[in-house]
Amino acid sequence: MNERFIILLEKYFENELTDSESQEFETLINSNAKLKQEFEEQNRIKEVLRKMKLKNPSREVWDGYWLGIYNRVERGIAWIAISIGAIIFFGYASIEAVNSFINDTHTPPIVKLGISILVFGALVLIFSLLREKFFTSKHDKYKEVQR
Amino acid sequence: MMDNKVSARTISKKKSKEFEVLVKDNMKRAYFSALEFLGSHDAAMDVSQEAFIRAYRSFNKYDTKRNFFTWYYKILRNLCLNFIRDSKNRKEEFFIETRKNEVSQNNPGETLEEKEELEMLHNAINQLETEDREIIVLREFEGYGYEEISEMLNLPAGTVMSRLFYARKKLAEKMKGLME
Repeated sequence: MNERFIILLEKYFENELTDSESQEFETLINSNAKLKQEFEEQNRIKEVLRKMKLKNPSREVWDGYWLGIYNRVERGIAWIAISIGAIIFFGYASIEAVNSFINDTHTPPIVKLGISILVFGALVLIFSLLREKFFTSKHDKYKEVQR
Repeated sequence: MMDNKVSARTISKKKSKEFEVLVKDNMKRAYFSALEFLGSHDAAMDVSQEAFIRAYRSFNKYDTKRNFFTWYYKILRNLCLNFIRDSKNRKEEFFIETRKNEVSQNNPGETLEEKEELEMLHNAINQLETEDREIIVLREFEGYGYEEISEMLNLPAGTVMSRLFYARKKLAEKMKGLME
C-alpha cells in the first residue's frame, strides 16, 4: 500500500490536511481506483467506530477502585509480615528440634538414621520442586511463544 | 489527555497520597486499556489494579519528565499479555455500546439495526489479533493521538498510522465476513 496515501488518509481523518496535502490527497484517490476504494472502505469503518464507545462501569466501581488498590497493598504488607514472622518462628523451632533430636539418648540409632534419611529426602524433593518452579520457568526462552 | 508530570514529580514527598491522585486520574484509562485486552470486566479491574501496585513498587524507575500513563501502560500491557497467555482463552463480554446511550438515558435503547451493527462490530473486534485490537481501541475508542500511541507501543508514528490503517482494513474484512 502507498505509504503516503496512508499518512494523508490519517491526517484527513484528523482534519489536519494542509491545502496542498488536501489537493495531493484528492489527486491520489481520483487517479487510482484502488486507493479510492480503500478510502471509501476506511471511511465506512470509521463511521461505524464513531458510533460506538467503550462501556463505562457504574460509579460505584470507580468509587471503590482506589480502595481496592489500597487494600491489596495493605494485605501485601500483612503477608510479608506474616511470612517473616513464620520464617523466624519455624527457623527457631527447626533448630531446637534438630538439637533435641541429636541430644536425645532414648531413641535407638537406627530410628534416628531412618528419620534423618526421611528428612533429607523431603528437603531434596522440596528443593527440586522449587527449582523447577522458579529457576526453569525464569529461563524458559520459549515461554512468550504462543503454542 | 491530562498531563501528570507535576503530580509525578512530587510523589517522593508524599508518595501514598500523591499516588492516590495519580491512580484516580488514570484509573478509567487503565481499566479501558485492560478491558480491550482481556474482554472481561473482572479481569480488567484485577489486572489494572495489579499494574498500579507494580507501578507503585517501581516508582523510583519512573522518569518524571515523561507522561505517567505511557509509562504505566507498558506495565499494564505486559501484565495483560501474561494474563492472556496464562488463562489461554480470552473472555468475550460486550465491552462496547452505542454512543446513543450516553446522550439519553431515557431512550428506549438501540434499534434492531444498531444492535446488529454493535454485535457485529464486537464480534469482528474480538476476531482481530491482540495487536490490531489494541491499536484500534487506543485510537478509535480511547482517542489517543499518534504520538501518544507511538510512545506507549515504542513504535514510530508512521508505523502507528500504517498499523492502524491495516487494523481497520482487517476489521472491515471481518465485518464483511460476518455479514455474508
